[in-house]
Amino acid sequence: MSEKAKPRTPIETGCPDGMQYMHPVYLKNFGNWKYHDRPRPGVLHHVAKSGDEVWTVRVGTQRQLGPYEINLLCDIIDNYADGYVRFTIRSNMEVSVTDESKVEPLIQAFTDAGYPVGGTGNSVTMISHTQGWLHCDIPGTDASGVVKSLMDELHDEFISEQMPNRVHITTSCCQINCGGQGDIAINIQHTKPPKINHDLVANACERPSVVARCPVAAIRPAMVNGKPSLEVDEKKCICCGACFPPCPPMQINDPEHSKLAIWVGGKNSNARSKPMFHKLVAAGIPNTPPRWTEAKEIVMQILSAYKADACDWERMGDWVERIGWPRFFELTELPFTKFHVDNWRGARHTLNASTHIRF
Amino acid sequence: MAQPKNPEKHCTYLPPESEKKSTKAMHDTPMLDQLVDGPWPSFVTGLKRLAMDNNMMVDLLGQLEHSYNTRLGYWKGGTVSVFGYGGGIIPRFTELMDDDGKPMFPEAKEFHTVRIQPPAGNFYSTDMLRQLSNSWNKYGSGLIAFHGQTGNIMFIGTTSDNTQHFFDEVNEYGYDLGGAGPCVRTAMSCVGAARCEQSCANEMKVHRLLVNNFIDDMHRPALPYKFKFKVSGCPNDCMNSIQRSDMAVIGTWRDDMKVDQDEVKAYIASKSRQYVIDNVISRCPTNALSLSDDDTLSVDNRNCVRCMHCINVMTKALSPGDDHGVTILMGGKRTLKIGDTMGTVIVPFMKLESDEDYDTLKEIAENTIDFWAENALEHERCGEMIDRIGLVNFLEGIEIDVDPNMVTHPRISSYVRMDTWDEEVDKWKQRKAAG
Repeated sequence: MSEKAKPRTPIETGCPDGMQYMHPVYLKNFGNWKYHDRPRPGVLHHVAKSGDEVWTVRVGTQRQLGPYEINLLCDIIDNYADGYVRFTIRSNMEVSVTDESKVEPLIQAFTDAGYPVGGTGNSVTMISHTQGWLHCDIPGTDASGVVKSLMDELHDEFISEQMPNRVHITTSCCQINCGGQGDIAINIQHTKPPKINHDLVANACERPSVVARCPVAAIRPAMVNGKPSLEVDEKKCICCGACFPPCPPMQINDPEHSKLAIWVGGKNSNARSKPMFHKLVAAGIPNTPPRWTEAKEIVMQILSAYKADACDWERMGDWVERIGWPRFFELTELPFTKFHVDNWRGARHTLNASTHIRF
Repeated sequence: MAQPKNPEKHCTYLPPESEKKSTKAMHDTPMLDQLVDGPWPSFVTGLKRLAMDNNMMVDLLGQLEHSYNTRLGYWKGGTVSVFGYGGGIIPRFTELMDDDGKPMFPEAKEFHTVRIQPPAGNFYSTDMLRQLSNSWNKYGSGLIAFHGQTGNIMFIGTTSDNTQHFFDEVNEYGYDLGGAGPCVRTAMSCVGAARCEQSCANEMKVHRLLVNNFIDDMHRPALPYKFKFKVSGCPNDCMNSIQRSDMAVIGTWRDDMKVDQDEVKAYIASKSRQYVIDNVISRCPTNALSLSDDDTLSVDNRNCVRCMHCINVMTKALSPGDDHGVTILMGGKRTLKIGDTMGTVIVPFMKLESDEDYDTLKEIAENTIDFWAENALEHERCGEMIDRIGLVNFLEGIEIDVDPNMVTHPRISSYVRMDTWDEEVDKWKQRKAAG
């Protein structure tokens, strides 16, 4: 008689110590670095107080990696570098070597394998993104596809440093905005209220918490066709989709009416100005796989205006603050509509209460 | 695009049909196929390589192609975890059924993600990357995202049974689940002291101290909603912590920044005086920089707000001071539900040197999570709670005194009851006297 295998109790070790996987030169000089420079796009050069030097090659990836890519990249790192790697917040790999003569062969090896070296300094670096149709339960669009399509277009900007300052682009498949804010953010914006399958609501949704989730109190419990369900006051509804995750029968996604919106000027760094949120510049953009051409064109329009007009070191948001929003819309040739005027709480602070007007 | 030198060692490589190990025929994917070409490495090529290897990815490609055609997603959540834990897995079940109610893409009908916490700072040896990849190839689809937006390694695509097997294997060699659901989430920290001269903290130590102190709250979701820690070594905030975390710990310094006047002169000589005036001096947000006629730089350190701009530009000549510590901000999050919030300064400066300092940091986090767990509404982030109850009530709850560094400016509205004014003034005087 076989005894049922006893389940294994987890070892709750939490977050592993990064020290054990660190390049020895990082360990030796931990907390004792002196300065850095960038000898060429895609390469960082750090000098420690001890005099030690390290060159770091940054390489773009598709973020979603399988064993083939992992082994291919690890082979390069083992053969041409020192066997250590770290990932940046934007899914770039950073590979360090302590011997300057190894830098060019390492770059060549990555390039020969089809992986772009860049993403440093004032480049357009890798887009931070979400899961989309590949894995998310509430996505209005795909993530990897939008990113692939944009990065194909931005490849030259990734491998060079020609922008006024760094450009961080993000994409998000719903208004929760998991991709985060960015100099340019491309996010789903729904334009129609949820379509409710009243047969399923009672069994699938905890109705009071769905009611509580609505930011504008547009949802209320109701009996529909003799079944307990929910109804939406469609005049109040802002189509944000907040009810959809806790109540999947309230389908918010729609192939036609889930549009893309583009937001500009988000910045997380405290450099110069305080951190700022991105602002709406374009909406109503069709969600068009597999290449999302319409959204891509607007992104390129914004980038080219920024590249031509911003001063060195100005992030997208810094640039717009200097030139003003009217000029931004003029330079990018994007329309300014009533939807650009905020009406959420705190909106008054976004209005121009001065005679500061540029002519 | 130029022909690769060695097509078998290239991101565009697809093995020949004769090497196909998966038994299921590939689906036609005309939409996804349009994402194969182009200079950026293609995730579609990656998925196709995996589909040559296993049937789950054959059907995953089928479902993804279907989404590209209909412009809709087809995954629903569920409840899957590993023995002893309550969260950490993102369960996904297909919703795409044929007329008989059977999954259209049965091999990918369960396609769960396992969230695993990466080493602090996202450092890996190639051996460890290969080991993680091998484990996932054994129990899952083979597809791994480095990393998800919260900071986890996302092992994408496996069945309910295999989540346990995979977890057991990686847990044995030192990896643990991350957070999912209403719990303390996986944290993030920058490269920091390991390779950055601008680092003013031991980011990895703070990161691991905070997260590992709340490991029970991560593995057994029982909080009002998610709670995220992020750690950046300097105000450049490469981890986006002010906007993207409930508790942001950011390195800073309180003595004078360091100026190497010889390097200032060298920089001016290499870039021009005008470049330095236009890009450094006049960009200082508090006008704290002045360039003298002899090309020496003077800094009004009392008015420097540690924004990092001049240090970012003149990396050799300028650097942070030596008296390091951290600033703590709380309550950052994106729109849902009340609108966007940036984190608010809660601790303008604290030292992180002694064990007692780190204990204090831990206590601040504990008090915050305790107070928030007690007082937040369901699905209310810490920043939303602060917005609802007011910063002062929050500060009293976590026993931190008010400080003018917490506000952009004092109140504008006169609609406030202030009959305990004298008591509050006394508290301020006592705090001042205590130093």
